[in-house]
Amino acid sequence: MSLLRRLSAGVAPALVVLAAIAVVALVMMVTGFDPVAAARAAVRGAVGSEFALFSATLKRTTPLLMLGLAVAVAFRAGVLNIGADGQFLAGAAAACAFGLAVGDAVGRSVLLGALAVGILAGALWAGVAAWLKRRFNVMEVVSTLLLNFVALNLVGFLVRGPLQEPTGAYPASATLLSAARLPLLLDGQRLHVGFVFSVGLAIAAWWFFRSTAAGFQIRVTGASRTVAASAGRLDVDGVQMWSLVASGAIAGLAGACEVTGVTYALYEGLSPGYGYTAIATALLGGLNPLGIIMSAALFGALGAGADAMQRDAGVPAEFATVVTALVVLGVLAVPGVMKNWARITGRGEQ
Amino acid sequence: MPTAVLDGFLEATVRSATPLAFAALGELVAERSGVMNIGLEGAIAAGALAAFLGAQIAGPEIGFVAGGVAGALVAAVFAFFVLALRSQQIIVGAAVSMLGIGLSASIHRAMVSAGASTAQVQTLASLPVPGLSTLPVVGDALFAQPISTYLLYFLFPLTGWVLYHTVFGVALRATGERPLAVVAAGHSAAKIQLAALIFGGVLAGLGGATLVVAQTGTFSDGMSAGRGFIAIAIVALGRWTPRGVVVGVLVFGAVSALQFLAQAMAWNVPYTLVLASPYVLTLAAMAIFRGSRTAPAALGQPLDGGL
Amino acid sequence: MSGEGFALELRGITKRFGATAALNDASLAVRSGSLHMLLGENGAGKTTFLNIATGNLQPDTGAILLNGQPVVWRHRADALAAGLSAVSQHFSLVPAMTVAENVALAGPRLGAKYNRREAEDTVRRIANNVGLDLDPAAMVGDLSVAAQQRAEIVKAIARNAPVLMLDEPTAVLSPPDAAELLLWLRGFVSSGRTVVVITHRIREAMGYGDEVTVLRRGQTALSAPISSTSEQEVVAAILGATDTGPLAFARQHSTAVRQTLGTSVLALHAASVIDAGGARRLRTTSLEVRGGEVVGVAGVEGAGQYQLLRLLAGRISPTSGRVTLPPSVGFVPEDRHRDALIADFSLVENMALRGIEARRGVMPWAHVALQVQSAITAFDVRGGDVRSTASALSGGNQQKFVLARELADAPQALVVENPTRGLDVRASQEILTRVRDSAAAGSAVVMYSSDINELLATADRVVVCFAGEVYETTLDSDAIGRAMVGVR
Repeated sequence: MSLLRRLSAGVAPALVVLAAIAVVALVMMVTGFDPVAAARAAVRGAVGSEFALFSATLKRTTPLLMLGLAVAVAFRAGVLNIGADGQFLAGAAAACAFGLAVGDAVGRSVLLGALAVGILAGALWAGVAAWLKRRFNVMEVVSTLLLNFVALNLVGFLVRGPLQEPTGAYPASATLLSAARLPLLLDGQRLHVGFVFSVGLAIAAWWFFRSTAAGFQIRVTGASRTVAASAGRLDVDGVQMWSLVASGAIAGLAGACEVTGVTYALYEGLSPGYGYTAIATALLGGLNPLGIIMSAALFGALGAGADAMQRDAGVPAEFATVVTALVVLGVLAVPGVMKNWARITGRGEQ
Repeated sequence: MPTAVLDGFLEATVRSATPLAFAALGELVAERSGVMNIGLEGAIAAGALAAFLGAQIAGPEIGFVAGGVAGALVAAVFAFFVLALRSQQIIVGAAVSMLGIGLSASIHRAMVSAGASTAQVQTLASLPVPGLSTLPVVGDALFAQPISTYLLYFLFPLTGWVLYHTVFGVALRATGERPLAVVAAGHSAAKIQLAALIFGGVLAGLGGATLVVAQTGTFSDGMSAGRGFIAIAIVALGRWTPRGVVVGVLVFGAVSALQFLAQAMAWNVPYTLVLASPYVLTLAAMAIFRGSRTAPAALGQPLDGGL
Repeated sequence: MSGEGFALELRGITKRFGATAALNDASLAVRSGSLHMLLGENGAGKTTFLNIATGNLQPDTGAILLNGQPVVWRHRADALAAGLSAVSQHFSLVPAMTVAENVALAGPRLGAKYNRREAEDTVRRIANNVGLDLDPAAMVGDLSVAAQQRAEIVKAIARNAPVLMLDEPTAVLSPPDAAELLLWLRGFVSSGRTVVVITHRIREAMGYGDEVTVLRRGQTALSAPISSTSEQEVVAAILGATDTGPLAFARQHSTAVRQTLGTSVLALHAASVIDAGGARRLRTTSLEVRGGEVVGVAGVEGAGQYQLLRLLAGRISPTSGRVTLPPSVGFVPEDRHRDALIADFSLVENMALRGIEARRGVMPWAHVALQVQSAITAFDVRGGDVRSTASALSGGNQQKFVLARELADAPQALVVENPTRGLDVRASQEILTRVRDSAAAGSAVVMYSSDINELLATADRVVVCFAGEVYETTLDSDAIGRAMVGVR
């Protein structure tokens, strides 16, 4: 693809984002806020300083990027995984439990163990939905959604029970020892190594879809189940099942990184609706891993900016949620933004 | 078990169940017409805020109605994307959820910061039904309720009647099973789905309104608290029938009321696990009943062009 | 005459789709109280006729008369309001609902009450009146195919259909069920009702009909009372004069030298297929295809060739019996867009579809690109290079590409299904030549075509599917045409 075409492919998503922001600015004006002051505070909070960029925007980008990739892997296979939140929590809980249990007995290996356990837990959590689909034909939309609530309540149980911090006063786990924490990237900033993982994962995912047989099998299945089954002779149900499991594994890693890189402890509000923002991230990125790097950074900045907007300009941070919602609707409404998505909506045949 | 505790438990069950019952009944109708609306959460949030504002201006009755209107508006956005643009239902639903939650929270904050909002509004009065409300055990819980709860007692049988005893109901259920057959019979599948979606939106909005004008008397951010998603679970647990939904609503209502019971009885149970149980139960039910007729066959599938 | 005595007339109907005329000044006159048989080959215009009668399509010119009165259907709802709808092979029933609910669904007023008992009584009464055996409380999904068809018929009668129209009603039925239906239709018209049946089966038409209309290439080729015509005359009207078109081309221009027949490569051993809906699509069939031969398959729509070809291509498994397959079979399905190509994937990606199920590790894209390059050269695929998407190619070039892909690994067998559908003469000839070349190179080739002349030009022998059974016939246009409509 020529550079010009690559650039123009980014124009439509950019216009959608600008339109969403414009609509929200209008709503702000109507409801009596100053959109200019809000924007100024938001930009300052998102990219106005090193701290804003590294400790706010890119720190937030990390889980969004991983979860966006998780969602994209499933969507690319034609599977609607709306349970990234639950898989994220499963990964976080498992990683935290492992880190607390092992402590610093094995040195830094505990960190690797915690990340591995997080990946496994996310995969298993999605695997439940995959198994229910394969074995009992339970719609994955419903099962992944319900498993979000099961995961949330399980975390609630863990932080009030087996994993509760020693004083027993708060619904949160004890704090991970430094051996189980992801190293920070920069002195004085809260950005952690997980960010490097997430970008590396995006590049790996891009290579996976572009260059490997498994990635191609997933793309074919998502593009057309009938062609995949007839010309490709693929077991399309099997491909979709394993894609969902892989999606969960990535979401689990995101959870593990969040708990070992940011919070160092488990608590119920670990995901402020990341799973839904991840859907917006994946769609705006055109389900393309490299595009998702850009959209995750954008939504990371949006979140960081919204916090600053509320803190410094007194404008409710919830306006960011509205922007996110409008971006998704815009992506759906403007044809051509979502080339890959158009392919996988043909789900009538089965 | 002391009577007061049991009364309290039953009362809490009905209280938790009421908003869920509105939302789940609306979702039942939408899903029977073939559309899964996970944007319900947004309609509940919008309904709650509209009820809060309406109650401030014109009292709780108007607030309750305003909640239904707001829910219908949110559902109309969903319907536009799903029916006019043929967008993926689940994706639209997720966006509409965020939209409803985000907008209602933003507008509420705006009102508060402009000093244009009171903290508390008047709630609907409890109207004990003479005779029935003095029944032992269930009297208070079922028959000393605000008018919104009685509306439900009326809406459930009415919805069941429309679904099973009118040609419209037959056509609506057929749309969820096989839209092609409905079109072949000369009806518009899209119009039927539109009607079902708006009905679902009104009910979700009313569900949100009950949180404000029948219960707390105030609005808080995130007060929908996942009820829109719980409604989807209830419909699945209730196996897509009105009667099943009543059972599902009571199960979910009772489970959240257990929290109250456990505190009152000083039981040492991890209630978060209890809270997780109905979701697990729903998943199990969906797996077990797969063979028999359960979910509408065309649920979640976009209409073909021209239908 | 002003159409007196005719329940339904279509007069001078012309309907064009782009440059081609599906119907060209065609007419149909259905006498009240008669069983009218409408015959014709695939593509003769029968379905277009039906769609015009039921308001699904509007004619370019011509008139529709109902009981002698001119009517205009602006859309389907108009025809439905007059009770005109067709019982098609693909039933428009809701499987998860009862027969009574399905009949009520067709009621005109959505606001009406639905009373289960009354609705069931109504269905029972209608069914009893017309002598159909039907349980109104049964779930449609639990019914046999024949009973579902009875439900569709009751649905149409409940609308007070002035003319009952059935599109190939016997195609999905077993022979006893088909005979029972036709006998019932005879009784139904003797009570004064009017019926139009579209069929491919000439024996049915001659045995049970009152009058017959034959369409050929969009025109009415014959219209007569059954009593005053003969089977030969009807067959001649359906098939027309034997074509001596340019399609002998393929055989003549196949460049490779014909080898002697090899060993058996593909074989069915008493295989049968029952579909998901429970209909028996292919009766117990045995067939052997040897290396170096092209076996042609003929059959009207739904006669079982769809299942036959997919069995031979290894795409479905038999319900009973066995299939012998070589390690590699090339398969070119009829519907390219549904089954063979992903329109917005590049040619390289589309090439890689073949054999993808067994591939592991890194995709050898450079190697696949070379395959595409040689396919483009060898099969003269025009309009695109390795980077193009499949959608950039014309239909003929897409088809050449699919054939090239399926032959890329020199499979021992090749199964092709209507490979020239939608292609122009030149592209068709190229495709058929390639198919013959493949056999000449030693492959066992099976080719279905809806065009008899194409089969004659390409195949070494021909089998005909009729009502799920497979017969071998002589290589003769008349013999094949007759076998396709059940005359042997």
